[in-house]
Amino acid sequence: MAAAGASATDLELVRGKRAALFFAAVAILLGLPLWWKTTETYRAPLPYSQISRLNALQVRLEGAAHRKVHTLLKAPMPSSAQLRLTVPVTVVFTRDSVPLDDQLKLPFTCRFQKAYRRALDHEEEALSLGNVHEAEAVLFEPEKQAEGSLTVYMISEHSSLLPQDVMSYIGPERTAVVRGIMHREALNIIGRRIIQIAQAMSLTEDVLAAALADHLPEDKWSSDKRRPLKSSLGYEITFSLLNPDPKSHDVHWDIEGAVQRYVQPFLNALSAAGNFSVDSQILYYAMLGVNPRFDPASSSYYLAMHRSSAASLYPVLNFLLYVPELAHSPLYIQDKDGAPVATNAFHSPRWGGIMIYNVDPKIYNASDLPVKVEVDMVQVMEVFLAQLKLLFGITQPQVPPKCLLSGPKSEGLMTWELDRLLWARSVENLATATTTLTSLAQLLGKISNIVIKDDVASEVYRAVAAVQKAAEELALGHLSSAFVASQEAVTSSERAFFDPSLLHLLYFPDDQKFAIYIPLFLPMAVPILLSLVKIFLETHKSWKKPEKVD
Amino acid sequence: MAAPCWLALPVAALAAVMLWSPGGSAAGHIEDQAEQFFRSGHTNNWAVLVCTSRFWFNYRHVANTLSVYRSVKRLGIPDSHIVLMLADDMACNARNPKPATVFSHKNMELNVYGDDVEVDYRSYEVTVENFLRVLTGRVPPSTPRSKRLLSDDRSNILIYMTGHGGNGFLKFQDSEEITNIELADAFEQMWQKRRYNELLFIIDTCQGASMYERFYSPNIMALASSQVGEDSLSHQPDPAIGVHLMDRYTFYVLEFLEEINPASQTNMKDLFQVCPKSLCVSTPGHRTDLFQRDPKHVLITDFFGSVRKVEITTETISLQQASPVVESSNEEHEMVEEPIDPLKYAEQLPVAQIIHQKPKPKDWHPPGGFILGLWSLIVMVFFKTYGIKHMKFIF
Repeated sequence: MAAAGASATDLELVRGKRAALFFAAVAILLGLPLWWKTTETYRAPLPYSQISRLNALQVRLEGAAHRKVHTLLKAPMPSSAQLRLTVPVTVVFTRDSVPLDDQLKLPFTCRFQKAYRRALDHEEEALSLGNVHEAEAVLFEPEKQAEGSLTVYMISEHSSLLPQDVMSYIGPERTAVVRGIMHREALNIIGRRIIQIAQAMSLTEDVLAAALADHLPEDKWSSDKRRPLKSSLGYEITFSLLNPDPKSHDVHWDIEGAVQRYVQPFLNALSAAGNFSVDSQILYYAMLGVNPRFDPASSSYYLAMHRSSAASLYPVLNFLLYVPELAHSPLYIQDKDGAPVATNAFHSPRWGGIMIYNVDPKIYNASDLPVKVEVDMVQVMEVFLAQLKLLFGITQPQVPPKCLLSGPKSEGLMTWELDRLLWARSVENLATATTTLTSLAQLLGKISNIVIKDDVASEVYRAVAAVQKAAEELALGHLSSAFVASQEAVTSSERAFFDPSLLHLLYFPDDQKFAIYIPLFLPMAVPILLSLVKIFLETHKSWKKPEKVD
Repeated sequence: MAAPCWLALPVAALAAVMLWSPGGSAAGHIEDQAEQFFRSGHTNNWAVLVCTSRFWFNYRHVANTLSVYRSVKRLGIPDSHIVLMLADDMACNARNPKPATVFSHKNMELNVYGDDVEVDYRSYEVTVENFLRVLTGRVPPSTPRSKRLLSDDRSNILIYMTGHGGNGFLKFQDSEEITNIELADAFEQMWQKRRYNELLFIIDTCQGASMYERFYSPNIMALASSQVGEDSLSHQPDPAIGVHLMDRYTFYVLEFLEEINPASQTNMKDLFQVCPKSLCVSTPGHRTDLFQRDPKHVLITDFFGSVRKVEITTETISLQQASPVVESSNEEHEMVEEPIDPLKYAEQLPVAQIIHQKPKPKDWHPPGGFILGLWSLIVMVFFKTYGIKHMKFIF
């Protein structure tokens, strides 16, 4: 009886042990992985390695005078890809410009991709005309000139195409003319002239440094580098007429006509850089907030911030035309030395410009108030367009000595100025896109709770592909496709970074995690663990026992 | 007509502008460079003002935020550059003895609500999620421009938060909290995307210093009204309104800001001295180790006002004069407008019909759950007490 009872309890014990072991097995082998899988956040795979390789792009800027190596971001890697920029330059030799055998030996730095050829007959004819403008008119073929490329014509030393003491000439349409020298040893001189011309028309170290200014830790303080607008897909331009004294001045301005005649051609020339939308408004009784006095100027002014139309998400450029009140007319702006400024206008970086329009005093004699004032839009638009150029960062390049710069085109913008802007913008876009992608990768790596959806991942892939394509195109010298690719890179990376789903509100500090899971798992885990411990101790004892008996 | 006038010295207005003249002697250039080194590199200013409390007894937090809003507007930051988050349930609260006002001084001296307050996030929109979305820029695409923080890498941002807080957290609308780690991470994301040039963080809550302990991004300066373990106290109880109107720290900060005008050269070191322990009872704290410039050289108007750098335009483009088409546009203006039919509003509320309405006959509904439950309870108790054998006498 007792034995049967004992064996029954033994059986119970064995069953109990087996049951406990199965519980533990199910809990650990099935439960734990299931819990892990169901509580992890969905993170689509991202190309982290490609992004870190982009991080190490280096821009090699070789100046003639000094070498500086700027890194886009922190870690310079030894065998990294280098961001190369090449400007395709074609040098065309006419007869008697340079000794024949030397024509292919001109020294160049590696930024310019050189191509040499002899002048064709019609070019020779054009270049022997009397005037450089006529020559240009003949030579100009807009379809053949790719964006970003330059053509340099070498004429003979004694040619009368250029005025006597002028060594080179920069035209408005990506062409330049340089005097050659027949002397054998003159190669360096000519090479240098060509390089200077090409740098003036395309890229210099300053332009690139300015484009990368935000990403370089030093040199933050120069006002030139803070002035240009950041690269964006579109811009909104607002023209406002401020009339604080409608009782005295009945101001009319033909803004629609002026925009159509002067502003629209300029913006069409700039259209490669972004979409532009233009609007205008007239504000009455709007003060500029300045109180004029007879004392000479010190260096502070007060200016009321005007509300611009807040409807668009693009950067807004405001251009205000202020017609001062009767009591304060005429109103002039003094500079630091006390002399009146010719344009009577000033501008503020990344905001816009203000011009003060003084009414012609002769009008007052003729009639009584309010006098009708018709604004001279040509004068106004000259100033506003100049300010627009400055705000975009299109400044006068450093022309080499003894160089004749051609007059501006009717639109006010020379083609190679646009090219310079696009070069700078492409580099800036690449830098921005790279920084955005890198910081996004860092952020997602650091906070492991953020969900990464599929469309975010696809935007990141698209951005990485666009950055690589832009870098390739820049190295080949195809400016327009490089710019388009860089813009696409920036849009995709911004869209990925600012996706509303990437919010890290799932921040759970460790103590909160414990507080949530312990009441769920502890009551279940304690019996299992205790029974496992007991089983282990018993088996351990039973292994030891046979030794003792024997 | 006055003699030619020269634009000269400053006068009261809304924002300050520094005028630079290009060119100048070499000595002037070196001076300029030295000046520039100490100046902030910003071109625009933004402000994010958050009041994290609601309910009538937290009147003082709303008054705090609105007073800072007024000062910031006075010093030149326009509404388009201010993101104001308030529960906004004070001015029209049923317990407000003076509706449509929020006072910040006792004896109702100063109404900070006014009629030109632009609240961007109001009532239940003030949540931790919205606050973080505003800071990091991850707003849904349908968000209007006034609700976005469109700052760039040259913006100086002022962030002011007030409400109830604790050690390491800040309570939002009595239902959720933001921790100092989340705030520090949000600032780091702003830095990664270069959404600010410099940031000034002011917090007026209990144990406010704990909120800036965890910051690790550069160019942040932080001020708090009390240290960890201390409470920030309120200042002015108003017997007529029945609540406290302001907190001490903000009250003294605002007194300090009253002296500031857009041209003043007061620097941040003076702001650190505001509200010593004798006045504030709590010890205000500040943190400047992440900030690159020396606080002595940081102007108050770098954050509280809106300073714009300005340059004189010296060049023009020459345009060819096109043929003037002026005359025809004048003629168009003189065209007589055709008479149109007089317009009137559609009948929106037929008052006459409503007044003379007959009462509608109501439909009959079977008794609802409560009645049924009550009766079944009574029936069950009856049968339990007296036994089931009575059933046949009932039914």
